[in-house]
Amino acid sequence: MDHQQESTTNNQTPVIEPGYTFGTVTDKISSIVLTRPTSSGWFVGFGVAFLLTMMMLYAIGYLFVKGVGIWGVTIPIGWGFAIINFVWWIGIGHAGTLISAILLLLRQSWRNSINRFAEAMTLFAVSAAGIFPLIHVGRPWLAYWLFPYPNSMGVWPQFRSPLIWDVFAVSTYATISLLFWFVGLVPDLATLRDRSTNRAAKIVYGMLALGWRGSARHWDRYETAYLLLAGLATPLVLSVHTVVSFDFAVGIVPGWHTTIFPPYFVAGAIYSGFAMVLMLAIPIRKLYGLEDFITELHLQNAAKVMLATGLIVGYGYIIEAFMGWYSGNRYDAFTLWNRLHGPYKWEYYALLICNIVIPQVLWIKKLRSSPIALFFVSLVVLVGMWLERFIIVVVSLHRDFLTSSWGMYYPTRWDWMTYIGTIGMFLAAMFLFVRILPMISIFEMRTLLPEAEVKE
Amino acid sequence: MKRTPMYGMMAEFDSPTALVAAAHRTHEAGYQKVDAYSPFPIEGLAEAVGFHKNRVPLVTLIGGLVGGLSGYLLQYWISTSSYPVNVGGKPYHSWPAFIIVTFEMTILFAGISAVFGMLALNGLPMPYHPVFNVPRFAFATKDRFFLIVFASDPKYSPAETRRFLESLGGQAISEVPD
Repeated sequence: MDHQQESTTNNQTPVIEPGYTFGTVTDKISSIVLTRPTSSGWFVGFGVAFLLTMMMLYAIGYLFVKGVGIWGVTIPIGWGFAIINFVWWIGIGHAGTLISAILLLLRQSWRNSINRFAEAMTLFAVSAAGIFPLIHVGRPWLAYWLFPYPNSMGVWPQFRSPLIWDVFAVSTYATISLLFWFVGLVPDLATLRDRSTNRAAKIVYGMLALGWRGSARHWDRYETAYLLLAGLATPLVLSVHTVVSFDFAVGIVPGWHTTIFPPYFVAGAIYSGFAMVLMLAIPIRKLYGLEDFITELHLQNAAKVMLATGLIVGYGYIIEAFMGWYSGNRYDAFTLWNRLHGPYKWEYYALLICNIVIPQVLWIKKLRSSPIALFFVSLVVLVGMWLERFIIVVVSLHRDFLTSSWGMYYPTRWDWMTYIGTIGMFLAAMFLFVRILPMISIFEMRTLLPEAEVKE
Repeated sequence: MKRTPMYGMMAEFDSPTALVAAAHRTHEAGYQKVDAYSPFPIEGLAEAVGFHKNRVPLVTLIGGLVGGLSGYLLQYWISTSSYPVNVGGKPYHSWPAFIIVTFEMTILFAGISAVFGMLALNGLPMPYHPVFNVPRFAFATKDRFFLIVFASDPKYSPAETRRFLESLGGQAISEVPD
């Protein structure tokens, strides 16, 4: 507990504003779910997100009827929006695990007020990501063939393929993220069970709380399990985007076949993930009056993580360009030239501006502590990271080794409807989450209070 | 005269410091079957109520080993004997390519074992428990701290234990019906 004391006194901005007790922290967070009337803004926001979700389902339904020909994918660009969006979404999820697992192991107590909704963000982002490879396989009703199971065809998956590694990495990641999130919720669900006055809510929260009663023996095992999960999730989260990068790096396509991809993908994932955390945290803390719990310190720290990972991503771009020249490989050199001068050069310049140039304003402390500035920088980073995946997928593929098989990629309205629809689905899930579950971990916030310390 | 069987005697405290001190003194006074309840994890409280055998790490280790081994052996068996496919002239037993699935299976099984092992060792889910019969126990998930001496303790006696808990500064002392 000493380090938590230290971190609250050494910094000017505390992780939690002074004056709270165990009771008031509990009431403040649980009342958002239990007693606060649902605002009309919530209904409008959820309604829009829900409509977008329906649009996604329509686009996917039409895809199932017609086939992937309704998309813009052609040869040579066989990986269009589906793979771009898959990588983008799964990368966004990474920040949630980083906050909940890695920062727990590093004893960063400021994580306690943002880990819950960051984990929820991870879960919903991974759900959105998971849709894309499934609908991209062409015959999604046979997607279970990806898993090794005894079958009458006598056929098994081919384990030397990165695509199979990806199946294992992403499904493990989704499962562990769900477990981590749920385990963290159990004591808070018990709080909601004991605080709610509505009988139906009591029953539902009671069942989800599994009969949690806060016994000292239970807490001891609980903390051990939670710490072990964090220890397991830490290498897992680094492995997931590494494996995603193998989907590219193991191939021989110029622009993909590089060893810088794993670290550069992981840094990019955390970069975009923190941008999404900020884009969610800034409106949520304002609308729900949670500035005392999600303080300026949290926003500043998230901005610093973005700045650092953004510089790693920038380093990745430099090394890609350097290797294009230094390797002496004419195909690699052409890829570099093509990025700078080819038909997609404006996308490449926009990517450099979004990911490298604009985020440098975060060096200025004044902008780092301005929520509005952070919100817009985060938006720019999310756009930039989407463009990065567009460049990697499309620009590398559209100029094949033979000029006779060169082509262009034009996404169709179905591509856009599916992509925007998943953003709607993600937001709809977030709206439901903040309405029915505690968006800040109540029990971990209690441990941050000075009274939580046992005095000898 | 028949009495309803009792589960234990419960006392309430208002701070983690008071609860840990009370748990220590209860243990020193010779009570063995004691438990404490708090709204957040408190360092040293489990030791104070005499809990030392935490088997969650062992369960997790076993889960991880089972996951990793089965992941590797599954790939080995499939790729060398059940369905050998020549891919670019690579050996059937391409162990470097099998590392990733082995790693993911280790994490998956270890994580599932940690969570379900913790729940099983804690005896959860358990929708009914006698301590929920105490009306004020609802504050154990908010801001109050509770200590219980179980009726199964050899030293337990309703009058004596009540006096003892009072001497520790416990408030709202009540017998918990089973």
